[in-house]
Amino acid sequence: MSRGSHPIIRSSLLLGAIALMGTALLASVNDLTRERIIEQEKRRVLQQLNAVIPAASYNNDLLGDVIEVDDETFFQHPAPVTVYRARMDGKAVAAMMIVTAPDGYNGDIRLLAGIDISGKILGVRVVSHKETPGLGDPIELEKSDWVRGFANRSLQNPDSKGWAVKRDGGQFDQFTGATISPRAVVKAVHRALLYFAANSQELFDTPAKTVNADG
Amino acid sequence: MANGKLKQILTDGAWRQNTGLVVLLGLCPLLAVTNTVVNGLALGLATMLTLMVSNLSVSLMRGFLRPEIRIPAFVLIIASVVTVIELLMHAFFYDLYRVLGIFIPLIVTNCAIIGRAEAFASRNKPLPSLIDGFATGLGFCITLVLLGTLRELSGRGTLFSGAEMLLGEWGRAITLTMIPEHPGFLLAMLPPGAFFGLALLIATRKAWESRKTGKQQRAASVMVADEGPAR
Repeated sequence: MSRGSHPIIRSSLLLGAIALMGTALLASVNDLTRERIIEQEKRRVLQQLNAVIPAASYNNDLLGDVIEVDDETFFQHPAPVTVYRARMDGKAVAAMMIVTAPDGYNGDIRLLAGIDISGKILGVRVVSHKETPGLGDPIELEKSDWVRGFANRSLQNPDSKGWAVKRDGGQFDQFTGATISPRAVVKAVHRALLYFAANSQELFDTPAKTVNADG
Repeated sequence: MANGKLKQILTDGAWRQNTGLVVLLGLCPLLAVTNTVVNGLALGLATMLTLMVSNLSVSLMRGFLRPEIRIPAFVLIIASVVTVIELLMHAFFYDLYRVLGIFIPLIVTNCAIIGRAEAFASRNKPLPSLIDGFATGLGFCITLVLLGTLRELSGRGTLFSGAEMLLGEWGRAITLTMIPEHPGFLLAMLPPGAFFGLALLIATRKAWESRKTGKQQRAASVMVADEGPAR
């Protein structure tokens, strides 16, 4: 009997040894690369933020001064809205809100909207989207300047009727063959502005959440 | 190790048994990432590296790998290698990692890799196995780059766009705009374009091969004909 089970035990041990070797290899490579990966992720987020707010206009640790706002009914999306808060010598300068437009042509469009303390838009960038290449993707800055049109807008410029694409009677251009993507972006930016106007005090006064390992 | 056999392994892997064009294995990443040359090249290189390391490790272990556990052992080896490559790319080629995303871990499921481990590396010495991995990877990589060239050129009119993700900032300079004011040809950029492109490549390769064999046959028959009247 022991002779019959012997090859099975040998095979299992061999397979276990291979698994152990693989695990050891992965653990050490993970250890070596972990910090660099976190750094890369941080650098990328900061790069995106600095595209909207000049690095000279704030002096706090932007990536550390962050809160999450959970308001599914207002933002029409279950994902919490991340808000980075820029301050100069402790005084609130601007809020960088990562909002999600739930009504893109092909799912969520994630946007970064920078709004300064007076309620004026510093800039808007598309963080990620799955819109049709060639039709809906001019919302990206790499494809067209359309998204720059948000700079310096506010709730008064234009008024709430103007915060829509032209086809809906608003002031923002749509693209040839694509209305849904720009419409979703315009609506999401408008929501961010409305939220900021109603809650700006609270947005800056909430203590920053403790920064987790992956920033 | 005879030179002739090495050459044989090289031509088999890269041309005669080309993974993408003849064996038709690993088509999922091949079709998905080839919308630009740079994406194709990057995934091709990652696959080539995986093939070489996995072939080498399998060949080194072939002496004591028992037949009943060889498949799970191959899977473990390949998965470890791919995960290491993924971590390294995440750390050092971050932008590229974001573009290729899910297709890097999916290299594990590229049947060409386990196929080479089973069919070649588990029966051959380390050096030929390494070369076989290199040749198969090269063939796959060339296919990806060709398909990427075809699709990027017809879809956007550029070549090597996004090279900065692979080479750093100076790569931006080598992006070539072959057709200025290209309006963009959506079909080539979307998945159907990959199928059309691959079909074209396969057909071209076949036509080339059959012309070559046709010539050889004709040459042979001419020789016979020449001998005939001479008596």
